[in-house]
Amino acid sequence: MADWEAVIGLEIHAQLATKSKIFSGSATAYGAEPNTQANLVDLAYPGVLPVLNAEALRMAVKFGLAIGATISRRSIFARKNYFYPDLPKGYQISQYEQPVVGNGSLAVVLDDGAIKTIGVTRAHLEEDAGKSLHEGLANASGIDLNRAGTPLLEIVSEPDMRSAKEAVAYMKKIHTLVRYLEICDGNMQEGSFRCDANVSVRPRGANKFGTRAEVKNLNSFRFLEKAIQFEVARQIELIESGGKVVQETRLYDSDKNETRSMRSKEEANDYRYFPDPDLLPVEVDQQFIDGVRATLPELPDEKAARFAREFALSAYDAGVLCASRELGAYFESLVQALGIAHAKLAANWVMGELSGALNRDNVEITASRVSAADMSALLGRIVDATISGKIAKDVFEAMWSEGKTADALIEARGLRQITDAGAIESVIDAVIAANPKQLADYRAGKDKLFGFFVGQVMKATGGKANPAQLNDLLKAKLAGEPV
Amino acid sequence: MLHNLSIGELADRLAARQISSVELTAHFLARIGRLNPSLNALITLTAEQALDSAAAADRRLAAGERGRLLGIPLIHKDIFCTDGVRTSCGSRILDNFVAPYDAAVVTRLKSAGAVMLGKSNMDEFAMGSSNETSFYGPVRNPWDTTRVPGGSSGGSAAAMGARLASFCTGTDTGGSIRQPAALTGVTGIKPTYGRVSRYGMVAFASSLDQAGVFARTAADAAAVLEVMAGFDPRDSTSVDAPVPDYPALLEQPLKGLRIGLLREFFEGLEARNAALIEEALRVYRSLGAETLEVSLPHLPLSVPTYYVVAPAECSSNLSRFDGVRYGYRCAQPRDLADLYKRSRGEGFGAEVKRRIMTGTYVLSAGYYDAYYLKAQKVRRLITDDFRAAFRKVDLLIGPTTPTPAFAIGAKIDDPVTMYLNDIYTIGANLAGLPGLSAPCGFIDALPMGLQLIGPHFSEARLLGAAHQFQRATRWHEQIPGGYE
Amino acid sequence: MSLTRQDVEKIAHLARLSIADAEMPVYVSSLSSIVDFVAELSRVETGGVEPMAHPLDGQRQRLRPDQVTETDHRDKYQANAPSVQAGLYVVPRVIE
Repeated sequence: MADWEAVIGLEIHAQLATKSKIFSGSATAYGAEPNTQANLVDLAYPGVLPVLNAEALRMAVKFGLAIGATISRRSIFARKNYFYPDLPKGYQISQYEQPVVGNGSLAVVLDDGAIKTIGVTRAHLEEDAGKSLHEGLANASGIDLNRAGTPLLEIVSEPDMRSAKEAVAYMKKIHTLVRYLEICDGNMQEGSFRCDANVSVRPRGANKFGTRAEVKNLNSFRFLEKAIQFEVARQIELIESGGKVVQETRLYDSDKNETRSMRSKEEANDYRYFPDPDLLPVEVDQQFIDGVRATLPELPDEKAARFAREFALSAYDAGVLCASRELGAYFESLVQALGIAHAKLAANWVMGELSGALNRDNVEITASRVSAADMSALLGRIVDATISGKIAKDVFEAMWSEGKTADALIEARGLRQITDAGAIESVIDAVIAANPKQLADYRAGKDKLFGFFVGQVMKATGGKANPAQLNDLLKAKLAGEPV
Repeated sequence: MLHNLSIGELADRLAARQISSVELTAHFLARIGRLNPSLNALITLTAEQALDSAAAADRRLAAGERGRLLGIPLIHKDIFCTDGVRTSCGSRILDNFVAPYDAAVVTRLKSAGAVMLGKSNMDEFAMGSSNETSFYGPVRNPWDTTRVPGGSSGGSAAAMGARLASFCTGTDTGGSIRQPAALTGVTGIKPTYGRVSRYGMVAFASSLDQAGVFARTAADAAAVLEVMAGFDPRDSTSVDAPVPDYPALLEQPLKGLRIGLLREFFEGLEARNAALIEEALRVYRSLGAETLEVSLPHLPLSVPTYYVVAPAECSSNLSRFDGVRYGYRCAQPRDLADLYKRSRGEGFGAEVKRRIMTGTYVLSAGYYDAYYLKAQKVRRLITDDFRAAFRKVDLLIGPTTPTPAFAIGAKIDDPVTMYLNDIYTIGANLAGLPGLSAPCGFIDALPMGLQLIGPHFSEARLLGAAHQFQRATRWHEQIPGGYE
Repeated sequence: MSLTRQDVEKIAHLARLSIADAEMPVYVSSLSSIVDFVAELSRVETGGVEPMAHPLDGQRQRLRPDQVTETDHRDKYQANAPSVQAGLYVVPRVIE
């Protein structure tokens, strides 16, 4: 049995976060009543003409600069001709030869920590189509053209990925990037960010690519992974059983977890691309590029490197904290309040308790029920030893569910830590007196029993004894040393 | 009679309150009622609206407002979208289509106070040189109703020849203003590409289409063009350059003007046609112009180039007519493919289908380079020829058409012969140049046109040259019998 | 004939045009004569010539500010539609 290698390239469609459409002044807001955001241009009325949205161009250039790509000084819009009811003009305005963004690349971190560079062949501007709806119509479809003309940036990768996991890592990376750049809201449920995967297999070590199939319209990372896994397995099985992969478009069915051929789209596609005579060459000069460059935020990789360097975090932690611009900002404001010495504490809390609560309740960081200011107040109480880290976790849960501040909860529930050495000592004395057998065993060399004594003291103090003080005092008392 | 007065004279009388716009409008409506049935020049008459607009113009005049076109009646080619009025483009597929908006040209003329009488017949989607491809039947030439008026703006040309309005609008993709203007004995100008907004003009071939004017004289055309032209941010190809005051520039002296005779236009030119051009040149020399011969070696390739570029663009432009959002839909479509194929198959006429298929073919895989890309390259060679010629001369002169109006039915079954009828006019469209046709005589009692072509944005020069020719000649004053 | 009936059928399908059987021969012959006519271009030497897509050279695309300028006119626009239901344009079932 041969050893097979998968070859994967992605075409990611990111809806650009403009207010109006790419060639018309209609709104792009999601969820409006059908066809109420489709004007004469979007509906392809006779006589209407397209005019390019400046912001869409700026966003495309911004993306290109962020991946170190060449920006075409002159790019051309072309017509891709085909008939479909959600495509009112009978052609899609896209870019074919001379796209606005040329060759670039970006690095992804794989599961084993290795870094792989994935090439981006090009990114071009185009318009989205409308939607066909089938519910409630007998043998008919209803066409909603609100989405028609929404700007898309199609980001085409090189066939550089070798597994479903690599493809997911790449797509996630682009997802993070477009949100950092604030050029796409990244909302995959609403279809703002989706991809097509070109998948082929070949014997490991072969130079030539196998015949590829294109799996269309994958709108979640999980579906991308599953679809590629299925498709790779299908192709290997097909070839090993003497069959041949045919070049075709396939659709992933998430209910059945399989891909199937889209025969309807198969019939002799001949898109007859030609330059759109209604649109002139788009020229981008140095001044325009410089202007866009000036608006570039700190990019995820740059930010992660800085976090690792300035806050002495591991590359992994820094990467997690930079997964979104907002998460990074939240973390950084904690560090600012607590001081760099406590960066690790802040990182642990953001990646631990906070992320846990956000995921559990499916809340975005921007809508967190514990604000960065309240969080830093809580962590401040750990730092100044008012409460222990363990108590702080309970306080955090209460803050999350009740919306109160850390100090109010500590006060109301009497959670303030016992730091009076005398008070701790008297509890220790009482615990030792009550457990003579354990004391004898400990002194006979059963060191493990130290934990038992800590537990007993904590139990007696309601967990409020300062752990460091307790540790020191207990060690001395058990050893029979004077304190 | 009012219909024989120039726009300037009418404007003076309207300003002096000697006539009202309502009277003038009623006069033309009456002429249309009487004369149009034998011409079929109009598809839609908007009499009631016209009288309302005329009354509104009269109120503006009474309030002291003045304007070159305030209260002046016109007919729009039915290719311009008119809000609330059927816009058919001469096609069954838009027979039931009421545009929900005004084209830029319509808006500009409306704001200037011009009064729309109705919408003129045309070749279906402006594809034709004889106005025989209209869903609404052929238009007849007022000089001889057994003959074509030319096309595609044949309805506007016939209406102008018959004096059914003070002026008419048209569009010119390969000669569709100049050729019918020549065949009906009127003046027609196609401006530089980008001079007049294409917004709201149903597209045939986007890189060639340009709106223009039919008028009795170059002076009238100047007054109209001055209103129609100008930048429009809704049309990406519209040029943001100031519009000269064309009427004020008509009298610029022709002394020293260098007029080029296109050698390629005279090769094989019929003797009587050549003689008319020679006579025109004599007039120009008498006005102080110099004439010299120039050659545009690639010009003879303009017809095949055009018949690749224009169908390619039209095949894509007409994809939007699919029976889904507006226009004709076939009865009881079996499925989606049937809906498309029959709505389009039944909605479009033969010539439109032929051009859509030609365009589909030249853009399709395997043929793109050999036809479409090749034509785009030859288009540049032709354009470069013009550019070189305009380094030597200020404008080019030649015939507008090879022959006078031909009989209805004579060429309709032979597309290539029909296409060759545009041989002299197509070059200007490929190069985006302004062109003008003015009456220059008769062959067999049928009017012929003299064509002037200038560099980009030289409309004032063309209009001035035509105006001064018209001051020295009487050809433009000839009116077909029965239409005096 | 430079085009066959099959060629014309394929083109008509790409262009979504129904052509009656009886009309087919006329289209085959007229389209062939047009294709033959424009084939004259193949004889022209065009080495190194930049294709020309727009009649005015040196013009660049103008950009529109990102502003929503449109309001809802669905009822007016759908007055022209052959079939509408609940604000949607209705077509025979789209099979994906």
